[in-house]
This record gives sequence, structure tokens and C-alpha cells, in this order.
Amino acid sequence: MALIEFRDIYKIYQMGDTEVRAIDGINMKIEAGEFVAIVGQSGSGKSTCMNIIGCLDVPTKGQYFLDGTDVSELNDNQLAKIRNKTLGFIFQQYNLLQKINVKENVELALMYAGISRAERDKKASAVLEKVDLLDKINSFPKQLSGGQQQRVSIARALAGSPSVILADEPTGALDSKTGKDVLRLLQKLHKEGNTIVLITHDNGIAVKADRVIRLADGKVVFDGPSSDPNAVVIANYDIDEEDDE
Amino acid sequence: MKFSQSFKLALKSIMSSKIRSLLTMLGIIIGVAAVIIIVGLGNGMQKYMQKSFFDLGTNTLNVYLSNYNSSKKVTPDDMFTIARENHEYIDGISPTLSLGGTVRIGTEKAEKTQISGTAESYDKMSSLKIVDGRFLKYMDMQSTAKVCVIGSYVNENYFDSNAIGQTIKIDGNPYKVVGVLEMKAKNQERGEDNKIYIPYTTAMKVSYQSDVSSYVVSVKDSDKVDTAKNILSTKLTNLYGSKDKFNILSMAEMLDSMNQMINVMVAILASIAAISLFVGGIGIMNIMLVSVSERTREIGIRKALGATNGNILTQFVIEAGTTSAMGGLLGIGLGYGLSKVGTIVINAVLKQEIIIAPSSNAVLISFGISFAIGVIFGYLPARKAAKLNPIDALRYE
Repeated sequence: MALIEFRDIYKIYQMGDTEVRAIDGINMKIEAGEFVAIVGQSGSGKSTCMNIIGCLDVPTKGQYFLDGTDVSELNDNQLAKIRNKTLGFIFQQYNLLQKINVKENVELALMYAGISRAERDKKASAVLEKVDLLDKINSFPKQLSGGQQQRVSIARALAGSPSVILADEPTGALDSKTGKDVLRLLQKLHKEGNTIVLITHDNGIAVKADRVIRLADGKVVFDGPSSDPNAVVIANYDIDEEDDE
Repeated sequence: MKFSQSFKLALKSIMSSKIRSLLTMLGIIIGVAAVIIIVGLGNGMQKYMQKSFFDLGTNTLNVYLSNYNSSKKVTPDDMFTIARENHEYIDGISPTLSLGGTVRIGTEKAEKTQISGTAESYDKMSSLKIVDGRFLKYMDMQSTAKVCVIGSYVNENYFDSNAIGQTIKIDGNPYKVVGVLEMKAKNQERGEDNKIYIPYTTAMKVSYQSDVSSYVVSVKDSDKVDTAKNILSTKLTNLYGSKDKFNILSMAEMLDSMNQMINVMVAILASIAAISLFVGGIGIMNIMLVSVSERTREIGIRKALGATNGNILTQFVIEAGTTSAMGGLLGIGLGYGLSKVGTIVINAVLKQEIIIAPSSNAVLISFGISFAIGVIFGYLPARKAAKLNPIDALRYE
């Protein structure tokens, strides 16, 4: 069974009289251990897609199986538990809590999982070592550079040993050099066996993944290996059309 | 997530904006301090009253007669007879008459000096001590003598402490000073020391009264107060042929009713003070609502990392509870501090020994209430935080 499976997923918003189909019937499967980039222009539905994969949102129609569980049926508390155990988030803006230090940030998910202090300390040190920031364990986020903060957030995503790491434009706020470092780190994590789903609008970043799923207008327009020449083609793009996000 | 972690988080959040937290707590601080001071003042007043009453003697009964409109009249002699017949219970008895005459000493007019007509036993009953001369005597009563015994204030203020043998004019009649009393209450103009005692018979005569309506009865032992009261009641009922013509009050009863009055007053004042606790609660709610919208993104992050609605709710409720509990503690400190200052001020201004003594009950109750108010008023903002949609919260700028 696939780790992530979308069966006929729709996300439809009612904006006054008009119906906006953010996701318009997506079927896809992502297996454990894959490194997949979901790529698309603004308004293509990739953010909605990420929210659904990340259990932050539920589809209007269709079934979403995560690790064998039909997530579309779950309530708030069950979704919180899935986010806690199964998913690790990396955000474009790092989203570290400013008032607590690096270690406490990394431990957040473990704390909500009810893991003991000793265990948390051990895990936090281990993941911070992995992202090469063990020396900053007691620093506060604002004392770190953007690249370092993003690495802390990667460590935080790794801390709970989730089944899926979900990275939303992880290089979006970084300069190209630190962006590359972060991508290299993600590739390394993938090689170590982690499943990574990368959401980006940038073709150059998307091809760093093994597989590319391209979205446009809420539909999958390409799904194949990043080495496929069609992976980076901008499909169905009309200059007169306005983005609606 | 454990309670201790939520608590640590709450402390961190409170400490990260100290001024705002302090302002948030202000209502609670003032409310708790006010409750503590008011209850403390009530306690102090009760103790003061008790002390004053003990000075007058708890084994004292006050008897009020109403001879007016009665076919039978009870005279001082009747009362003395009752006392004599029951000497195993009753130690002494004295009529007490207040006289409203003008007091002139030399050329001065003593306006605040009180005049009291009593029997010769009154000094022992009211624990008055003579420092110079003598108290009133039986003979003075018999001869309706124009003699008087004066309080220490009168002696010092008008006679340069040399009053014996001199004359005081009450409504134009000269009275010879035969005795001076020991200072009783700090020699104040309004008090026990600014008094003149004259024979009750003289007082009756000059005020054209044929009988006396007020008596002080001293009972042998404070255990026998009730028995003495019953005896007096039976005798007086027999004399009058009715139960409605007299009233006997024991000091203990008067103290009780005084205490009740003070308690009611304290309860009313404390309730008013408690309103500011309520206002403080609204202040906490207000700031918590602001805090929730400021921290929307934080809430989103926490939810993305697996915080349940319950986790978020607990976090904010604990934060509100901790804020108000800290306010409560500061209020207790302030209350104690102001009680000390208040005690000093009262003693300096009123020259009375009233000690504002905060009771531990008031402290515990007001602390408990302040904590509860934080939790109750923090609940609404916390629920708002808990119900935030994680995506909206994460996108919030």
C-alpha cells in the first residue's frame, strides 16, 4: 500500500456565486522512500494539495489515505495526532517560535506526543547534530541566520521520526547558496530513507527531486521522473490568464 | 503535554512582556488588596470594640426602665433593694444619669465635658481609680451634695492638675471638686477622661427628675451574668406587673450585636471591593484576546506540530490563571503592606489603637477567587485560540 494515496480528491470553495475548484479531481500515489516534488504555478492548487497531505485541511470530496488510514474521515483531535506522529513540516518562513530556544523548538512535536524529558533531550541532540547545529542548541531563533533557522526547522520536522517530511517552498526565503545547502540536506535525508514531499513553484528546485508531479488548475498535468524532459515544461500557460491566489 | 510544561510556558509568556502583564494584573492586585485591607480593618475594629468593652467590664448589665406612662414606678431605692437581696449575684448597682448642663470652670466654658450622675459604688463597678481626693460617698447621695469627681483631662486642662477643693459651675450651681480620676484613655477631649461625676441624687434634683431610667449593674462573676439578668427580670416584672416596661442588656450581648453590625459592614464593603476583582477578570480576558490574535501564527505552528485543541485551550487557560494568581499574590503583598501603613496612619490620626489585621481566611479566599477569575475569564479567549483553523492560523501575518 502506498504511503500517500489520493483517490478522486476535490477541494471546492464557494466564493459568492462562483465555485472555485482548488483541486479538481486528483489521483496520485506516493510510496514510502520517495522524493517527490509537487510543482505548479501560483493558483495551481499545490498549496491546497499540501494542506491536504499535511492533514491541515480536509478534502471536499474523495478519499485520502495516509499510511493506510482514511484521513478524510478523522476529527480534529485525530488529525492533530496524525500531524504529530506521521508528518514533519518544513515551512518557507521557518515558523520557529521566537520566545523559546532551538532545543525547545525542536522538541515541540515530541512534547505534544508526551515523550519524556530525557528522551526528548536525546532526540533533539541527535537531529540537531544531523543538521549540523548542535552548537546552537541553546540559541534563540533570532540569533541565527535564515539558513540556520531553516535547518532548525528541518531538525524539528525530523525529531518525531515522521513517515513523511512535507517541505513547503523550503528555499523560498533563502539566497541561492543557502537554498542549495538546504536542498542538499533534503537529498541526504532522502538517501537515509526518509519520504520527502517538496512543494515548490520553481522548476529548478523541482528537478532536484526524483519524481515530479506538476499541477495546473487543480489537476495533475504531469507525473513522472524528474529526468523526463516534460517534467519542466510549463504546460497550458496563457499569458492573459490571471492568477487567482 | 504535561501541566508543568504548560505552566512553564505560561510563566515565560508572562515574563516576556512584564509591563503588559503587570497592567493586566492591576485590577486583580487592587481587588485582592482592597478585600484584604477591608476585612483586616473589620477585624481590627472588632478587636478594638472587644477591648473597649472589656475595659467597661463584661460582667456588667445595663438596665433601662420606662416609668413613663406606668401606674407603678420603680425608684432607685427599689433597685438598691433588689441588689441587696441578691448580693450573692449582684455586686453593686448605680443609677446613671446624663446631664446636659453648661459647664463653666473659672471663666472658661467646657463644652465637650460630659456630666454623669452616679451612685457611690460606680467607681468600683467601672474600674475608675482615684489618684487624688476621694470618689463620691453615700453621704453625698443622702445630702444631695454639690460635689464632683473629675476626669484627668478636666484636671489637667482647666486646673493645671490642682483641682481638689476648687469649684466647677454646672448651670450656674457651684460644685466642689473632691476627687480626681486616673487617666483612662490618653487624656483626650472626646473621651473617658473629659468627664465630671456628681451624685445621682443631685443630678435628679437639678434636672427635676423624680426617677432614674438607666442603671448599671455589676455582677459578681461573668458566669453569673445570665442568672443575675433573670433575677432582675423577674423582680422588675413583679414590680411593674408587666414585661414591657424594662430592658436589660448585658455587655456581652451588646458586644455581640456590635460585632454583627461590623460583620455586615465588612461583608458589604468587601463585596464592593470584590467588584474590582471582577473588573480585573475582564481586563485579563481583554488582554488574552489580544494575545490570542497576536499569537495566531504560533497557534498555527503548534497545531501543525500536533497540538490538539485541548492542548491550546489548556495553554491559554493556564496562562490566564497564572497571570491572575500572580496578581493575587502581588495583591496580598500590597494588602499586607497597606495594612501596616494604615495601622500607623489610624493610630496617628485617630489616636486609637485599631490594628488592621488581615485574616488568613480573607487572604486564602481572595487568592482563590482571583485564580478562579483568571481561569473563568481566560476560558473564552483560550477557546477562541483552540478553535483556530490551523491553515488560517499559519498564514496569519
